[in-house]
Amino acid sequence: MGGTDPDLPDGVHLTAVDDLFAWGKEHSLFYLLFATACCGIELMQTGGPRYDVDRLGMIPRATPRQADLMIIAGTITHKMASRVRTLWEQMTEPRWVVSMGACANSGGPFSKASYSVLNGVDKVIPVDVYIPGCPPRPEALIDGVMVLRERVRRYRTLGLRDRDPQVIAGADDDFGTHPGKA
Amino acid sequence: MDADALLAAVQRTVPEAVAVAAGPGRYLLVPAAAVDGLMLRLRDETELAFASLMDLTGWDLLGMPGAEPGIAVGWWLESPRHRHQVAIRVHLPREAPAVASVAALWPVAGWWEREVYDLLGVHFSGHPDLRRLLLPEDWEGHPLRKDYAYPVAYRGVAHARDGQRFAAPPAAKPKPGGA
Ligand code: SF4
Repeated sequence: MGGTDPDLPDGVHLTAVDDLFAWGKEHSLFYLLFATACCGIELMQTGGPRYDVDRLGMIPRATPRQADLMIIAGTITHKMASRVRTLWEQMTEPRWVVSMGACANSGGPFSKASYSVLNGVDKVIPVDVYIPGCPPRPEALIDGVMVLRERVRRYRTLGLRDRDPQVIAGADDDFGTHPGKA
Repeated sequence: MDADALLAAVQRTVPEAVAVAAGPGRYLLVPAAAVDGLMLRLRDETELAFASLMDLTGWDLLGMPGAEPGIAVGWWLESPRHRHQVAIRVHLPREAPAVASVAALWPVAGWWEREVYDLLGVHFSGHPDLRRLLLPEDWEGHPLRKDYAYPVAYRGVAHARDGQRFAAPPAAKPKPGGA
């Protein structure tokens, strides 16, 4: 980020505004405290003392209006889908979505035999990073967040938003194909 | 009261009730029209005193060996005072099944009846607020019916993923033991 000009006094840096913003956003990804099924337990564990995502600047927020990141942790039913959409719409740009676990990616264990489960949350909101697993361990979630941070760093205030989803390593065909996956 | 005396006492109240053996126990199959009066007496007669409704559920009899196609509804009652239990069952037609609500007798039945209405389409007459419990209000059909057709889309969101055709799961194998 930026460079140091020898003519400037100590502690003064020159940088592009976007770089400064990106640095700030990347290190303060406040996430929405929202979970719908068993993956939520791993999300809580990730926020707990052992994995402690607070140290990455990830603080849970109780309202979407204060959140930058929505982690879809769990099964989304058709009934819940419109609520998920509403929550997402209440977040301010730039907003990010991580789809955590097989259910949120593609309906997972319920994709073939359930009449009421939405087969992938990307049918109702755009997803930035998909994390495979049923459930993914906290390490996998943190890995996904690291991938997302790359993307946050590339984000430009005046520029087109990179909307192609990213599938982190291991997200295999077991969980269905994902749009944007090569 | 032992089981025989209990069944006899219930049958005095509803002469049409038939005791049917099921596994280690028995249940009483009663005509749907008798449910309304029967339940009040089961709860209030001193020798019966079924103060507690332990469960209320329904299921589809389609394809069950030895059963007429229909919808079954069952009530499981318990008397904490006498420590006895009874299982009551009705068989309803698949077309517009209806039976009396017991929500006024045991308030706990309110949500159970809504669930059975939601998933099987049984109409509980006299229920104070018979709406779907689990599925959205505008859902079509009752999914625990065995001939239920899976939705193609709900509110414009396709059910299948990436154009794959969605097929209902294979029909369940008939269980031994009948209805
Ligand atoms: S992916 Fe697995 S662990 Fe996660 S919500 Fe679905 S069933 Fe539960």
